[in-house]
Amino acid sequence: MVCGGTGCTSSDSNRIIDALNQELTNQGIQEQVEVVRTGCFGLCELGPVVIVYPEGIFYSRVEVKDIPDLVEQHLLNGKPYEKKVYEKTKLDGKILNFEETDFYKKQVRIALRNCGIIDPENINEYIASDGYKALGKVLLTMSRQQVIDTMKKSGLRGRGGGGFNTGLKWEFAAKQDKEQKYVICNADEGDPGAFMDRSILEGNPHSVIEAMAIAGFAIGSNQGFIYVRAEYPIAVQRFVKALDQAREYGLLGDNVLGTGFSFNIDVRLGAGAFVCGEETALMHSIEGHRGMPTPKPPFPAVQGLWGQPTIINNVETLANVAQIMLNGADWYASIGTEKSKGTKVFALGGKVVNTGLVEVPMGITLREVIFEIGGGIPGGKKFKAVQTGGPSGGCLTEEHLDCTIDFDTLTSLGSMMGSGGMIIMDEDTCMVDIARFYLDFTRDESCGKCTPCRIGTKRLLEMLDLITEGKATMEDLEKLENLSLQIKNASLCALGQTAPNPVLSTIKFFRDEYMAHIHDQKCPAGVCKSLISYQIDADLCKGCSLCARKCPSNAISGKVKEPFVIDTLACIKCGVCFDVCKFKAVAIV
Amino acid sequence: MEQQQTNSSGGVAEADEKLEKIQSAIQQFKMIKGALIPVLHEIQDIYGYLPESVLKVVSTELNLPMSEIYGVASFYHFFSLTPKGEHVIHVCMGTACYIKGAQTVLDRLSTELNVAVQGTTEDNKFTLEATRCLGACGLAPVMTIGEKVHGRLAPNNVPKILNEYK
Repeated sequence: MVCGGTGCTSSDSNRIIDALNQELTNQGIQEQVEVVRTGCFGLCELGPVVIVYPEGIFYSRVEVKDIPDLVEQHLLNGKPYEKKVYEKTKLDGKILNFEETDFYKKQVRIALRNCGIIDPENINEYIASDGYKALGKVLLTMSRQQVIDTMKKSGLRGRGGGGFNTGLKWEFAAKQDKEQKYVICNADEGDPGAFMDRSILEGNPHSVIEAMAIAGFAIGSNQGFIYVRAEYPIAVQRFVKALDQAREYGLLGDNVLGTGFSFNIDVRLGAGAFVCGEETALMHSIEGHRGMPTPKPPFPAVQGLWGQPTIINNVETLANVAQIMLNGADWYASIGTEKSKGTKVFALGGKVVNTGLVEVPMGITLREVIFEIGGGIPGGKKFKAVQTGGPSGGCLTEEHLDCTIDFDTLTSLGSMMGSGGMIIMDEDTCMVDIARFYLDFTRDESCGKCTPCRIGTKRLLEMLDLITEGKATMEDLEKLENLSLQIKNASLCALGQTAPNPVLSTIKFFRDEYMAHIHDQKCPAGVCKSLISYQIDADLCKGCSLCARKCPSNAISGKVKEPFVIDTLACIKCGVCFDVCKFKAVAIV
Repeated sequence: MEQQQTNSSGGVAEADEKLEKIQSAIQQFKMIKGALIPVLHEIQDIYGYLPESVLKVVSTELNLPMSEIYGVASFYHFFSLTPKGEHVIHVCMGTACYIKGAQTVLDRLSTELNVAVQGTTEDNKFTLEATRCLGACGLAPVMTIGEKVHGRLAPNNVPKILNEYK
């Protein structure tokens, strides 16, 4: 099994596959060993990842030059190729199955269950792992109402951000007495730092197709659309291939499985507008217009695409559906907390040892996810904050680490579940700068239709700029908070309504950092350029002249073997000297 | 002189071929509702940007005013109305990459190439763009040059990587 997710493909896993096939042929064992390109295993940090079955031995950061030894030692002689065995699977001289490591132990994989296990480009592998069995069961043995009741009872809530009960949404659409209805899969994952939808489409595209067909049956629709980011070429290509295979097998199209039910799916590519994740904006984009939101109600379930009843579900939500139909609503509802059932996939990123995708039961604590599964903070640094929910969410601090993760707890703390990005920050992260970063994003992505969002986010950004430049007063901070609250109340759609969240949560939990910027004109984390300068510590400097040679603005001077000096006026604060110095003589002050 | 003529006639043939592809794509998409965006994707795929002359063809064929086509094309980040350099560099500015120093990588690229973000170098060799999450957070900070992904970057890696493309 070679990971073919985006992370590993980016680190050349395709070349590993070619090299493996070549080496197997060289050794004449190509018949006995099969090389499968799978979806994402989750531990993207260690890519490219190769897992060899039946032993389940996990090799990390494999390079092409490792392949001959790996094949010889493991596949010919049956001994693990120690050099690249993932460190965490080694215990007391024995090698564990990767599922026993901290990263995988606490996970419950439902939406990701086939990712990294089957070949996403081969429908037979999906069918062999109970694929399309749920669709068959639904079409042959269940009524539309039974499907909706099962969904409602399971308690599944939308994983796209809003957290609305999925079964209830389906019921609204099912009740509409209209000839034409639509099912849309929202795969416009625009949240920076989240990539679970991408990984599901790349690793298990059929699970989404199967769920869309089940949804179509439940609400009485014969036409689905998937709205997927053009920036995700591998996901698009695998999904299109899966559609073709499903049509060929009679699992999609006219008269599915001979039951008289017909359902088609068309692909629409997004074009890089974050706001198109909002459902009314997304529908306008499919209709061929600018992706601008319209007020709700009417809700899409009543009046959606081209005025017809439409349900829009996120990729991760849909990836749960077939499993719920197969195992029953009670099974699903037994996982998670009282009001947040099931599991949630998080994209762990930022300053954490194990970056990657994890799927955990609702109700797990932030500490378990960050420190046990995520392996904690690298480089001996101190944990500072965790950001959940992307630009719509907020930052939580050390004191929240033991809070449980579910829709309502996170919201009550001033953050949110959102689509599931979880970015970990250490002491080197400036919280004012992070708020500015998100505001820059939402300002840029505002569709411009409503004034609070279009102009409000711009004003917020200007105030944050003043703060990061050390030019702000306490009055600005007050204005910042007031305007944030007004934008939340007055914006048309969720983009504007949630845009001030990163500002409000950082002010709430990291007020001292704002004060340091305003009162002392200092950036404690050493990030905000206007408030820092670079200096060379004369005691540590060995006079190697490397910094002076690399400095793009000729701001560093000195004699070889004597301490060098930075001219702070000429310095453009690019940080090159800091990066290149081998003696840690350059300091940020 | 002769050489030049061959070149220009080759260019014309190539231009015709591209236009033909667009025409057939338009005919194919005309049948569906909301055809404009898929057609724009096709044009950007073939030309690398949306040339005005081609948009005029779309306007006629889909019976849409140019104002509406521009309205849609300028709304979406993915579409570009100006030609791009030979190599397009996308620096991921998703949160995971940003926290791990994507801004310093972007700044360094801007200094090395002497071009502003979203700009193209004078020799048309490179276009430098900041982009939203590329979905490869495990390799943060990440950039792509054309199709190739460069991960786990530090500002210091920039000159060496650029040299591969010069």
